[in-house]
Amino acid sequence: MSFRILSDPIDPATLRAALVRTHAGACVVFEGWVRDLNEGRPVVSLEYEAFTPLAEREGDRVIAEARGKFSILDAACVHRTGILSLGDLAVWVGVTAAHRGDAFEACRYIIDQAKKRIPVWKRERYADGSSAWIEQKQVGFPGGPS
Amino acid sequence: MKTVHVRYYAVLREQRGASEEVVVTRAETPDALYRELKQSHGFTLPQNRVRAALNGEFAPQGAVLKEGDQVAFLPPVAGG
Repeated sequence: MSFRILSDPIDPATLRAALVRTHAGACVVFEGWVRDLNEGRPVVSLEYEAFTPLAEREGDRVIAEARGKFSILDAACVHRTGILSLGDLAVWVGVTAAHRGDAFEACRYIIDQAKKRIPVWKRERYADGSSAWIEQKQVGFPGGPS
Repeated sequence: MKTVHVRYYAVLREQRGASEEVVVTRAETPDALYRELKQSHGFTLPQNRVRAALNGEFAPQGAVLKEGDQVAFLPPVAGG
């Protein structure tokens, strides 16, 4: 499996089914949802924009790194683009492994690295009609340190 | 002088009012090109907050611009 950018709604059931392995004793899934509040400001919707081919290549590298670091069977990650409403699924990560420890750690690694490195941008729209592109607090660049 | 194709994302796209353009430049590197475009287009992000991609891949340190290159300027990312 791999990293994909998707402009249509994410279907977790289909993604989960594609990870099923008879050797798997654990499947850890992370879902990132659109939340109604960021740093005290009421959010009404989010818009994601991606540099799709590079995002998918960098995402595939993140998943390959996770495979190298942890004993897992498979992993997949999907990130949405477009306008999302409160409660919508913005990002989905699924990892299967023989045992839960590696599945949890690999899932955490993939979402943390994806947030830092994948060329995806988020604009928040607020209840008062204004909007803002979000920047990560830490000094980070697409592609990670290099 | 060389001609390069430039793509902008997110806040840079909005400040430019376009997602892409063809630029004729003397700039030798993606960073130098960004500084030039920052001046002409009034981009607010300093050069050290913008990462460049060259021909579809993150531009390596010391990358040099060539005729016909596809350059993309990427603001700090914010996925998830």
